[in-house]
Amino acid sequence: MKDRILSIALPLAAVAVLLVAWDRAVVWLQIPNYLLPRPLDVGIALWSGYVTERTYWKHLGTTMYEVVVGYGIGCAIALSAGAIVAESRWIERTLMPIVVAIQSIPKVALAPLLLVWFGFGVSSKMVLVGLICFFPVFINSFYGFRSANPDLLKLYRAFGSSRLQVFRQVKLPSAAGSIFAGLQIGVVLALIGAVVGEFVSSKQGLGYLIQSSTLAFDVATMFAAVVSLSAIGITASSLVRWVHGRVVFWERRDVAGATLSEAG
Amino acid sequence: MTAPRLSIDNLTVTYASARGPLTALRDLGLQVADGEFVAVLGPSGCGKSTLLNIASGLLAPSKGRVAIRGEAVTAPRRDVGIVFQQPTLLPWKTVLENILVPMQAMGRPVQGHKERARELIRLVRLEGFENHYPYELSGGMQQRVGIARGLMHDPQLLLMDEPFAALDAMTREHMTDELQAMWMQSGKSVLFITHSIPEAVYLADRVVVLSARPGTVLDVVDVRIPRPRRLETLGSPDFNAICNRLRAFFRAPAAGEESKP
Repeated sequence: MKDRILSIALPLAAVAVLLVAWDRAVVWLQIPNYLLPRPLDVGIALWSGYVTERTYWKHLGTTMYEVVVGYGIGCAIALSAGAIVAESRWIERTLMPIVVAIQSIPKVALAPLLLVWFGFGVSSKMVLVGLICFFPVFINSFYGFRSANPDLLKLYRAFGSSRLQVFRQVKLPSAAGSIFAGLQIGVVLALIGAVVGEFVSSKQGLGYLIQSSTLAFDVATMFAAVVSLSAIGITASSLVRWVHGRVVFWERRDVAGATLSEAG
Repeated sequence: MTAPRLSIDNLTVTYASARGPLTALRDLGLQVADGEFVAVLGPSGCGKSTLLNIASGLLAPSKGRVAIRGEAVTAPRRDVGIVFQQPTLLPWKTVLENILVPMQAMGRPVQGHKERARELIRLVRLEGFENHYPYELSGGMQQRVGIARGLMHDPQLLLMDEPFAALDAMTREHMTDELQAMWMQSGKSVLFITHSIPEAVYLADRVVVLSARPGTVLDVVDVRIPRPRRLETLGSPDFNAICNRLRAFFRAPAAGEESKP
């Protein structure tokens, strides 16, 4: 119990110290407002954006919409592709070199092109998000499906199980831990994809808010947008981690769980 | 007289490998009668696991014949049970569910077989652990789940691939004793692969001695020690005589014989 309180109290204390140091630095060093706002100004911007003026909600909503849809579609395609490529040596030999080659392209470099192809609305951002999430999820699920215990596969084969049965009963659960690791990486990348897409061209979204406020030297709003982004990032990755622990319960306890002694 | 439970004649298995064809087993012959416990004893890399794949129908022989009850084995058979060196359980399933895996893998409804699964849990002495997950069990307990799973679909022949090799010495001794009791109770035929001489002699009616790769039968030794064998058996003159006879096959070759090109 004492440990749990400490593990919450210590980071909170550190944040408080940091905020005070930031505030004092701005005042004592006389840093101009358009370079670095005081923490309280950021707080005021957040308050007006979400509570009194309510102008941030549409930006937050837009970015979340792009992230959720792009991430969902990108991960679904990546998972299916990982399964198909893992199931066939021929497809693996044909497609893997191409996939690896494409993987080395920084996906954000494609953002302007995607805008031309998919328009300036949310769909081009969704495509970028999907594309950027695809690779970690694809690679992780591919290796996950391949990592199933060969003896288990042998056992199922000996009983005449169909390929689909083996996939559902052995390979998919065996891959679950690895798939979630990919989803975890993907969720952080998804946010980057959405923001970069909005930077290139947009009329809404937190990326747009950052850019427009920077041009107006409204650094407090820019900081407020960044805080909003990190709130989305923290929430989303905690959510994925929580689902991970729930679904792949045996791996979580594998490490932490006590092993009973030989009870005979 | 009925045909033996398992008979292997003139078996040769050759693999294609990066360095050309590799012969794992050569002209191997052995038989397991109904209810008989046969141990296959050999040094590491004598193709013991290949033998298991062949007997279970997962691998086709390059030459020779494998038959169960006189019927040639050409595909995986459901009347054979397999126990691996590692427990090889599904970590997301409970003990009870793991024991029911053969039923699930054969696409049969699990529901009607729970009573039998509970019976097996009693046989391997895991009462009270039905709903535990593998990670909550010790290595020895996990391996007992593996044995129960191997017996679930009531196979007449049980293939065991060094099932106790991964256990610590004390658990191993204990499990060996339990396996003997289970075998005497169930009346199954067992083909037990091992590289422990005392384990082979303690458990088996007959010990088949394999050479190093390519594996071939060097000798077949009958063990006529009355059952149930107990810990005292381990020190008896009969037991030691057989162990010594078997040990002679695996003594390090004299200098000069060591390396062949």
